[in-house]
Amino acid sequence: MTKPKVAFFDFTGCEGCQLQKINCEDELIDILNAYEIVNFREASSVRRDDYEIAFAEGSISNSAQEEMIKKIREKAKILVALGACASTGGLNILKNFQDIEEVRHYVYGDKAHYFDTIPVKPVDKVVKVDYYVHGCPMDKGDFIRTVKSILLGKKPALPKYSVCVECKMKENECRFDYGEVCLGPITRAGCGARCPSNAFYCFGCRGLVDNPAANAEKEVLAKNNLTPEEIVLKFRLFYGYSEVSK
Amino acid sequence: MTTKPVNMDINVHHVTRVEGHGNIVVDIKDGQLEKCYFNVVEAPRFFESFLRGRNYTESALITSRICGICSPGHQLTSLKATEKAMGIQPSEQTIILRKILADAATLQSHILHVYFLAAPDLLSVPSVIPLVATHPDVVKRALRLKKLANDICDVVGGRSVHPNRMIPGGVTMVPTVSELKELQKRLKDAVPDILATVETVKSLAGNLPDFTRETEYISLKSKKEYAIYDGDIFSSDTGATKVDNYKKMTNEKIVEHSSAKHTSANRSSFMVGALARCNNSNDMFNETAQKAAKELGFKAPCFNPFFNNVAQVIEAGLVVQRMIEDIDKLIQMGPKEEPRPKIKVKAGQGVGCTEVPRGILYHDYTYDENGTVIGANCIIPTNQNFSNIDDDMRKMVPELVDAGKSRDEITFALEVLVRAYDPCISCSVHFLKVRFK
Repeated sequence: MTKPKVAFFDFTGCEGCQLQKINCEDELIDILNAYEIVNFREASSVRRDDYEIAFAEGSISNSAQEEMIKKIREKAKILVALGACASTGGLNILKNFQDIEEVRHYVYGDKAHYFDTIPVKPVDKVVKVDYYVHGCPMDKGDFIRTVKSILLGKKPALPKYSVCVECKMKENECRFDYGEVCLGPITRAGCGARCPSNAFYCFGCRGLVDNPAANAEKEVLAKNNLTPEEIVLKFRLFYGYSEVSK
Repeated sequence: MTTKPVNMDINVHHVTRVEGHGNIVVDIKDGQLEKCYFNVVEAPRFFESFLRGRNYTESALITSRICGICSPGHQLTSLKATEKAMGIQPSEQTIILRKILADAATLQSHILHVYFLAAPDLLSVPSVIPLVATHPDVVKRALRLKKLANDICDVVGGRSVHPNRMIPGGVTMVPTVSELKELQKRLKDAVPDILATVETVKSLAGNLPDFTRETEYISLKSKKEYAIYDGDIFSSDTGATKVDNYKKMTNEKIVEHSSAKHTSANRSSFMVGALARCNNSNDMFNETAQKAAKELGFKAPCFNPFFNNVAQVIEAGLVVQRMIEDIDKLIQMGPKEEPRPKIKVKAGQGVGCTEVPRGILYHDYTYDENGTVIGANCIIPTNQNFSNIDDDMRKMVPELVDAGKSRDEITFALEVLVRAYDPCISCSVHFLKVRFK
């Protein structure tokens, strides 16, 4: 069997998802044996364009990146968005809620024109994405499951329920009982309720679950003394791509 | 000396095996060095600007996302800044846990850099991937050490990339004695791997380019220990100064060729990172670090930037021994769950500073009376090294030209130089100074 040729590309992000891949220490050698990696700038000087599967990390935040992701889409049979920045725009989208011209001029003064910037987009706002690995950072287990599914020619499954479900199954104490604000009820599962299991509230890094009860969540948050403005701020952190944050 | 005027044009687009996007540009016309710099082309993210209006409890959560590679360091620096601004004093237990997290993050990052990013150059291969077949034991050893470091971050911080247990004034959860004992056992078992790493790097050290340029070295320094989590700012030129004076030690400026700001202190450039720390704090080496330094032939002050990789190995040894000792302290104290810190929110400004793997990191926040961010300024180690990289290149290129090296050889040498600094370019453009009000 010939090994599927794989490429990894990074756009605007923190590279934490790149690191998460390399952090799969137990599986890394198996992955390297199962796939042929032809392009992975952060790890290798090899750069080839004959890939079948492309993994894209980071959001699209300038026109050069827009062009590049279009080229990648043309070449790749399968395009996977890795991590929150690529899948939903992640925290980068906070930039879109600012007066970008003002900020650019404030930062770079009369050199503002030198730095090309466009509103931040998740990858699927520019090209079609086949599969998603959500999360900030993406979960290692989630990544391995996706890689295995693709190798077996199967569609990787995305949980259709919320982090709240996983959290209940772990019998964690509810963060609301501690007077904290938790987005677990409307955030897509798949992380094993990683943050609430560490006694930290869910801030929604995996994006909204399908058909989220966003209004019900807003009511719960309002009962916890959050103003509508504060609720929107909470939502914008990782749901900035969605109407609920407007 | 060359007899014929040299013309050479080098443009390395998106240097590989570094975090983020940067280009190397060299232009020699008629023997004159017209252009010679490392050009940062990462897309700006305007990070500091969107901190504005956020609550103090979110500062560390947000700034962590500037860099996944040094996210624990960003969080700890951010928490220290917030705590300074609000007058919060964390418990001794919290501080020890944070120190272990910082040391584990240092170990993880250094092992990644030495084995995965730098070693391929010394072995003339394009990446670590061919080494899986040719040097399986070495790759497995690297993975073991990396996994250990990540597992420590998981147990102490909840997660290695963007930890979730660290909050202003404390921690959300404390590891159990059995978790700590397990980690300690694995750390003790890792000592032979550290010694083997020293041997491997020693065997390759002969391949490190013989290049020196004396510069200013800046790091944290402490009288109590080898400074990673806390200390005063120390310059090899001018000595110690308080962290609050960080602006005098950085002097950020915009340069034409880079979307990341550059810095200087007492000369045109200075160096931060493992080599700067080893040069400034070698009097605080523990036995493991001393042994590694001796084996590797490290003598302070060392003016060869390529020895940054050697310094990383020395520090890897240092933190392994120190984590074993810090876990002892925790076990003796008896780890206790901490109540959520009671914080009296107030207006104020505070500077936090720690040593992250690539060097000294500053976060400076101003909060209003509701604990909302109204100003933020963060200065990243990689930015602080850019001027030093440019100065190194300007000395190195003419030396290599005079030695009759080819364009390809010079290009390769410059890439290796940039990689030796372990630059984290994603970080460097995520912080753009924005003052509101």
